[in-house]
Amino acid sequence: MEIRVEKLCKSYGGKPVLTDLTAAFPPGITCIAAPSGTGKTTLLRLLLGLERPDAGTILGADCRWAAVFQEDRLLEDLPAAGNLRFALGEVPGEAGELLARLGLDLSEPKPVRAWSGGMKRRLALARALLAPSDALALDEPFTGLDEENRARCLALIRERGRGKPVLLATHDLTGLEGAPVLRLGDR
Amino acid sequence: MALAAAYPHGGLLLASPIQAAARLLELLPSAAFWRAVGNSSARIFGGFLLSCALAVLLAALAAGRPRLRDLLAPPVAVVKATPVASFIILALVWLDAGSLSLFISALMVFPPVYLNVLEGLRQTDPKLLELARVYRVPFRRRLWGIYLPQVLPYFRSAASLALGLCWKAGAAAEVIGLPEGTVGERLYMAKVYYQTPDLFAWTAVILVLAAIFERGFLAAVDALAGKAVR
Repeated sequence: MEIRVEKLCKSYGGKPVLTDLTAAFPPGITCIAAPSGTGKTTLLRLLLGLERPDAGTILGADCRWAAVFQEDRLLEDLPAAGNLRFALGEVPGEAGELLARLGLDLSEPKPVRAWSGGMKRRLALARALLAPSDALALDEPFTGLDEENRARCLALIRERGRGKPVLLATHDLTGLEGAPVLRLGDR
Repeated sequence: MALAAAYPHGGLLLASPIQAAARLLELLPSAAFWRAVGNSSARIFGGFLLSCALAVLLAALAAGRPRLRDLLAPPVAVVKATPVASFIILALVWLDAGSLSLFISALMVFPPVYLNVLEGLRQTDPKLLELARVYRVPFRRRLWGIYLPQVLPYFRSAASLALGLCWKAGAAAEVIGLPEGTVGERLYMAKVYYQTPDLFAWTAVILVLAAIFERGFLAAVDALAGKAVR
């Protein structure tokens, strides 16, 4: 399965953010690297169907997505299990093990409101990796993580994202050598 | 009140708290007392419940429909600002005395509940709604996970205010409409015959009823909130 965008244009208030963008996202990780404000998030939002392009075509994106947004977007009054149950309908059997690999405890009863920023970010990633999906959109998933946790997260993304397009918007390409990179700021 | 009651013949002008309490104790065992309490409670609280249901439904529809919101804004503003006595007199033209307190109670409850629930819905986090859309979360789970935790605090505060309002307005409607066997009718009779112990006793009954219904209803709302946040 491959996702393609052709001559994609999007502007906000007359200011163009994406102009005639053509790109392909085959299975595996594709990094979207760009300075802030150059359209990484906009591209992911267009692919997720949260916004409509001004012009251009999106092919193959009408599938089941799982996403990590720029913000964690967790239900702050719920614990980890409650957040998974809300988004996925149930707590998958493998959730405990996956969360443990990310240094999190599924049985933690505290609402995520009381969690640190890094823990919330890892839970948001776990939610995306556990969701049944055909493609992953990950917007700066390593924000607030130290090197060790970043490496753990990246390993899990590689493992769980195998065989599906994984669009990874990041400004830091450490550990992602070899993955194709779409540099939005270069065009 | 105690000083006024101590004045010679004070029992006629203003009953003492003891006289009022004694009268209340006299009333308590009578079937007529409980019939009046039951009739008034059913109408006033019934009006409250009906109005809450309508207000929540219309707020849910209006939240995503600016034209409906604009359409409802003028009548809601009129109901909010018009003296309740004007509505009672006007409603008496069309309604029988029995339905009057239900209608007036519903009318007083509608604006605060509608406006607060609408505001709660407008404050719902659009980012969480986007998350739910991407993960294809069905409506029932969105309702429990996003909408209810957001809206219930607004609804709770509106309901608390509205419960006080509906008892005040509903009792006033009964005093003017005089439906048989109601608290309002007994208040009116107390006024006609200058029975201030009765007046205070029935006023105390209204206060107690309002407090009981408020506590009970808010406890139910809190239980729902507890279920929503799991």
